[in-house]
Amino acid sequence: MLIITCPYCGPRPEIEFSHGGEAHIARPLNPAALNADQWTDFLYLRTNTKGVHAERWRHLHGCARFFNALRDTTTDKILTTYRTGAPRPDLEGLTP
Amino acid sequence: MAEPLTMAMPDLQLGLSPAQPLVRFNLRCREADVAACSEALRLDLPTRPCTSAENGGRSALWLGPDEWLILTSDQDDPSSHLTATMGDRFFSWVDIRARQVGLVLTGPESARRLNTGCPLDLDLKAFPIGMCTRTVFAKAEIVLWRREVQSFHIEVWRSFAPYLKGMLAAAG
Repeated sequence: MLIITCPYCGPRPEIEFSHGGEAHIARPLNPAALNADQWTDFLYLRTNTKGVHAERWRHLHGCARFFNALRDTTTDKILTTYRTGAPRPDLEGLTP
Repeated sequence: MAEPLTMAMPDLQLGLSPAQPLVRFNLRCREADVAACSEALRLDLPTRPCTSAENGGRSALWLGPDEWLILTSDQDDPSSHLTATMGDRFFSWVDIRARQVGLVLTGPESARRLNTGCPLDLDLKAFPIGMCTRTVFAKAEIVLWRREVQSFHIEVWRSFAPYLKGMLAAAG
């Protein structure tokens, strides 16, 4: 079982968490001003990264808070987790 | 409301018994209002993750950075005092006494039994007395609170209580 470090509760088993899609996608401030293609882009199109991916997770059966994680999609290794609202951490400092 | 029928009698072999009658509330409030809430409840709301506080029959269990489970005894309802004290500050105070039941699991086998469905490290060093957290037990969500070395208080949604008991019994 994977151990995921919740920024609030610390290291916890993966079955307490749920995945919440790609992180750092801001909702357009004025959706009415968007055309269909731009709206499609916001709703459906994701980067589908191979490698380090910033994604949202929720500690559903714990503190129930959303947070962000940097996960390598090729190795499934979670490099770091950080609170929602915080900027994406620099990868340089994370490489072991 | 009556406890579910299967929970009415303590199971001595399992060391599982219903907790004394408790009134439960879910409290959500902003960080800036924690002190005011604490004062109104006569309880120091814990702000350190997964810790609990007790004062004169009232307990506060940290569930999240802005969420607490408040347990009080049957005759003690702080609702009106809290509402009056907090004035026009925003907070959420929900009576959840009908939603979940409290169970007490005791005995030398309690941690092992819990670990058959709950993946947390329940060693005393990792999960000391007073620590509490929302977690899972098999397919049920529970709030686990260590009261003594070999005694756990479990809060579970009432419809899951017979399931929880059955799974604990199956753990042997």
